[in-house]
Amino acid sequence: MTIDIKDLHKQFGKNQVLKGVDLTIDKGRIYAILGPNGSGKTTLIKSILGMVLPDKGHITVLDKPIKKQWKYRKQIDYLPQIANFPPNIKVKELIHMIKDLRNSPSAEKELIDLFGLGPFLDKKLSTLSGGTKQKVNIVLTFMFDSPLLILDEPTTGLDPMALIRLKELILKEKSNGKTILITSHIMQFVEEMADQIVYLLEGDIYFKGTIPELKKQTGQSSFEHAIATLTTSENHAENTEI
Amino acid sequence: MLKILKYSFYDLIRSRWSYVYFLFYLILGFVLLFLNNDVSKAVITLMNVIIVLIPLIGTIFGVMYYYNSREFTELLLAQPINRTSIFMGQYLGVAGSLTMSLVLGLGIPFLLYGLLRSDAIFDFSLLLVTGSFLTFIFVGLSFVIAISNENKIKGFGYAVLLWLFLAVVYDGLFLMSLIVFEEYPLDTFSLVATMLNPIDLSRILILLKLDISALLGYTGAIFKKFFGTDLGFLVSMAILLCWTVLPVLGLGYKAKRKDF
Repeated sequence: MTIDIKDLHKQFGKNQVLKGVDLTIDKGRIYAILGPNGSGKTTLIKSILGMVLPDKGHITVLDKPIKKQWKYRKQIDYLPQIANFPPNIKVKELIHMIKDLRNSPSAEKELIDLFGLGPFLDKKLSTLSGGTKQKVNIVLTFMFDSPLLILDEPTTGLDPMALIRLKELILKEKSNGKTILITSHIMQFVEEMADQIVYLLEGDIYFKGTIPELKKQTGQSSFEHAIATLTTSENHAENTEI
Repeated sequence: MLKILKYSFYDLIRSRWSYVYFLFYLILGFVLLFLNNDVSKAVITLMNVIIVLIPLIGTIFGVMYYYNSREFTELLLAQPINRTSIFMGQYLGVAGSLTMSLVLGLGIPFLLYGLLRSDAIFDFSLLLVTGSFLTFIFVGLSFVIAISNENKIKGFGYAVLLWLFLAVVYDGLFLMSLIVFEEYPLDTFSLVATMLNPIDLSRILILLKLDISALLGYTGAIFKKFFGTDLGFLVSMAILLCWTVLPVLGLGYKAKRKDF
């Protein structure tokens, strides 16, 4: 068991984002965390990373409780949703800096070649396009060899070629026995990659299982429609009306 | 923490504003020395400028740096680094680079002018020491304000208000209370009130070293009696140190409890 979450609560002001989430993540599989906007996906991920401090509940990563800890983050590679890097430094310097900060072996060369970032290494980050920044973001995440990968909207801004490369990369990491958490709004991408779907709704887990199970439960033949059915189900409609 | 400090420091040293700040002190130092032609007088004029300017620049730089590096801070928070070290590193980076601009910017012209051969070297060092203290104090306070306010405009507003209060309003209130309570003995009150404001404390400390306290009348004599002694000097330094440590502790406290 890679991650174990018990009864996780988090409230921002009056807005209760997580209402008692229980979740276990097993080793060597790809989990897609889905849910409508504002359902608590990012809060859940940030709680695992220790960036958001839960009000109540218990999280263990690789069998160790994470409360007030930080060394465990060495076991996690995180791809943040919006890559806003310091504007004044060069791509090369940023990569060097993160390597220096983490102090672990890294394989950035192959990744730079894979995404064709060679010509951008000496450019400042503020001059890069959104897609190129995301590629830098991906390199920074995948260059370390950690057992747990957390990807928040990894496909944002990528061209088709880069998207194919990213998918290959994710599958390669999975075959190396890594555990991967992904959030995405691109259902086709999720359907291709995910072993397990975790569907968050109103701060709680509404569905957890495989894609065939989801299709069976909702009675839909396509994955996209099955997810849409979950979103517009009665329970959700009731809650959103308030 | 040292790595974060290193990167913040490099980042700031390369920014245009550090150079502007450095050049400002360099020019100020040269101009004052050549206009006054006297190190002691230049020190007095400098004191009046930096005692107000350093807190202002420290406050604004601190708030600006915090808000501008917010996204990058989030990237760092996901790395295996202790939270407190991230913010301490950034704080020391900002305060350190500002202090360096101050010390080098003023130090170079004074050294060239022949500071080492003049008697004013202790006054000048005291000026730099209090200036550095003020930089660390106000960068610290501005970091605490920035980390407590998600809203940039609010954070900026509070920081500038704090500066305005300590640099201007405090003196006004102090004077008013002296007038209102003039019937009573106010020696202890004025001593304590001066101690509680780092800007006033720095000003008095420097003034009293400059032998112009004779102009300050009876209260001046009391101040001289207190601050002029080694004990008074040590107490003042201790209070400046407290003013430096308190915001740092506040920053650590806030950093440990904040959601990003």
